[in-house]
Amino acid sequence: MAGNRGRGRSQFTFNVDALGFGRGDSLPTSAHTPSPLFPPMQFRPVPLHTGEEVEYMLALKQELRASSKNLPFHIKAARTKTDVARYSDKYQNGEPKNNCIEWSPDWSRMPKELCIKVRKPRKTGAKPQPARKPKVSAGKEEVLQKLETLEKSEQEQHSEEEADEEKKKQKDEEEEPDVDEDYDEEELEDETDYIMSYFDNGEDFGADSDDNMDEAVY
Amino acid sequence: MTTEIPRYFLEMTAQEVRLCGLLLQEHFGDVVEKVGTHLIRSGVLTLRALAHETKLALDLVKKSLCVLVQHGMCTFGPGRRGPAGPVEYRINCERILHMLRYPRYIYTAKSLYGDTGELIIEEILQRGQMTMSSTVKTVADRLTHNMPEGQSMDYSEVVSAFSRLVETHFLQRCPPMASAGSSSSGAVDTSLPVVTQPAEPESNPECYKLPYINLTGQGKRRRSSEDGEDDQRAAKKAKTDNSQCGDEGIYWQVNFLRFHLHFRDQAIISAVSCKLDQTSSEIVRTMLRMSEVTTPAHAAFTQALSANEIFRSLPSNYNIARPILDQYLTLLVDDPMEFVGKTGDSGGGMYVVNLHRALANLARATLESVVQERFGSRSARIFRLLLRKRHLEQKQVEDFAMVPAKEAKDMLYTLLSENLVQLQEVPKTPDYAPSRTFYLYTVNQLPTARLLLQHCYKTIGNLIERRLYETKENKRLLEKSQRIEAILASLQATGAETAQLTEVEEMITAPERQQLESLRHHINKLDSSENQVDETIFLLESYINSTQASR
Repeated sequence: MAGNRGRGRSQFTFNVDALGFGRGDSLPTSAHTPSPLFPPMQFRPVPLHTGEEVEYMLALKQELRASSKNLPFHIKAARTKTDVARYSDKYQNGEPKNNCIEWSPDWSRMPKELCIKVRKPRKTGAKPQPARKPKVSAGKEEVLQKLETLEKSEQEQHSEEEADEEKKKQKDEEEEPDVDEDYDEEELEDETDYIMSYFDNGEDFGADSDDNMDEAVY
Repeated sequence: MTTEIPRYFLEMTAQEVRLCGLLLQEHFGDVVEKVGTHLIRSGVLTLRALAHETKLALDLVKKSLCVLVQHGMCTFGPGRRGPAGPVEYRINCERILHMLRYPRYIYTAKSLYGDTGELIIEEILQRGQMTMSSTVKTVADRLTHNMPEGQSMDYSEVVSAFSRLVETHFLQRCPPMASAGSSSSGAVDTSLPVVTQPAEPESNPECYKLPYINLTGQGKRRRSSEDGEDDQRAAKKAKTDNSQCGDEGIYWQVNFLRFHLHFRDQAIISAVSCKLDQTSSEIVRTMLRMSEVTTPAHAAFTQALSANEIFRSLPSNYNIARPILDQYLTLLVDDPMEFVGKTGDSGGGMYVVNLHRALANLARATLESVVQERFGSRSARIFRLLLRKRHLEQKQVEDFAMVPAKEAKDMLYTLLSENLVQLQEVPKTPDYAPSRTFYLYTVNQLPTARLLLQHCYKTIGNLIERRLYETKENKRLLEKSQRIEAILASLQATGAETAQLTEVEEMITAPERQQLESLRHHINKLDSSENQVDETIFLLESYINSTQASR
């Protein structure tokens, strides 16, 4: 399209009429700034479809989005401890751990290298009461003993407890998981001075179940 | 509709990558999004390389890959070094984009097979793959939960709905793993138990075969905390029963291709209904139904059907006489949209539905509609003209479109700058001198459709980002309202007085309430727009895939 620019400056090599303006007309202004981010629209867009089908699919979409956040496939990285290690960290076990997977895939359909420990979800809701009573009292005995040695051997106890937890977790996969887990939680609970159900994040305002009455109340 | 070439072997565009990232984040969180996006950009990677490049903990990467493989969004196979080397992972972008369409799949299942079908599809979509027995139990429990007290859903009903979904190919078995190490015990523990993951589920001859399962019973109602123990005992029992149903290892997944064929048929039928009339669309619907099983997935037209056969297969409530049917068929054949074609005269006339041509016409209508809504009806006229006449000079465009010269030029240049119209140079002389060259305007349907498809991906990406922004801006208010609702719910459950309830309700002030209302309205609009843009995406994708398949 360059053509011969040399010969005669006012001579164009193409048919000027075809461009839509004659000689001597002012050229359209050149752009000084990038085009605006939200340019004004010449025509308004057509309104969205409405109707029963559309409403239903909208509701479905929003429900799916909400429920997918609660499924175990929604992976959250374990929170790294940013500031001071808090006392409550030891007892707030609802946080996801990086080295456990929260659902159990069929490992025969996955490459072996992806296999990691399956973590049974802990039940944070109502705890079954009647069958637990004998175990709880046995636990209390242990607790009293441990309380006595608490001040002397706090460090040892901490690691012992963790080893216990680990062992229990491994046992979980072979034996009935629910029984041992709840026992584990109960034991842990009995070790603290504070009742677990009092340690809430404010989410369950007024919705706490008050049926932990078998434990100490202050 | 899938092409012969699996799409994940081709390059993904920037917009597709962005949209996949947003979808992964929405459904599976930031970690999976990071892993997935990186894998899309890199092509194929091993586990170690992926962990190293994303700088995430190895366990997190493993978990993310498990999630992606579970949902069929990532495939794995032996790497470049063969079966002895590390496993390589590859993302299936197409499958990620299908997440946009989940509401449509679920709604279709509901319209075909009722609430039971709807829940079956919903569960399998959310979990990626499931066995028949666990699906039946979960769905029965969910249906029982919604039923009045004392009633429960029997497993057999759910089983029959499941069976119908499999028979009509909406569900299919996940391709089985060819296990290299299963037969030999004590073999060397290789890094992958499978030789390679077969890509096509239909290569398995038992793809649609229902397993025999030993499952009787009814759905269980989830009870409140008083009966917690009974429920736990029952749940424990259910878990131990799991291993005895007889269908371990047989997993089912949603057959997206089948749903897409269904959507395509629906689109054709509704187009006929709009262009012609209800009766014509019923005839086309009948023809499509008759050739459902005999027409392969990528066929350009259905198998030929005789007018006699069509007449016999019409629904009983459509009492049209035989000569009237012939008239309708002639009308359909003569229509410029070419939905139906006549291929012979035996049996009263042999007719086919022109699937690919119908898709091309639907895509063309979409393009024309977009131009009309963005640039006005006269620009649309010019666009339509160029689509039909292929190549036109400037002067010819002005004449044929009956638009004044100056405006025609303006519109053409606008369309040109948007890449909807191209300029083709045809020289008269070998030296390409401008005064002796034809400059022809032209529109190519296929590349324009591709361009528009990319616009659609970008649009949905923008819609999602805007929705996230709106949610984030109002996060504090949303959380407050959720907490108030939770408090209200628990107060109501424990039977509080109206005064208490009103007191709690008033914790949200009137302007806050208004703000919440307007936020909800915006989010609904954004979500609804996503669904609607996805319809356009489906049409354009189907058209593009159909042209590639026929090459």
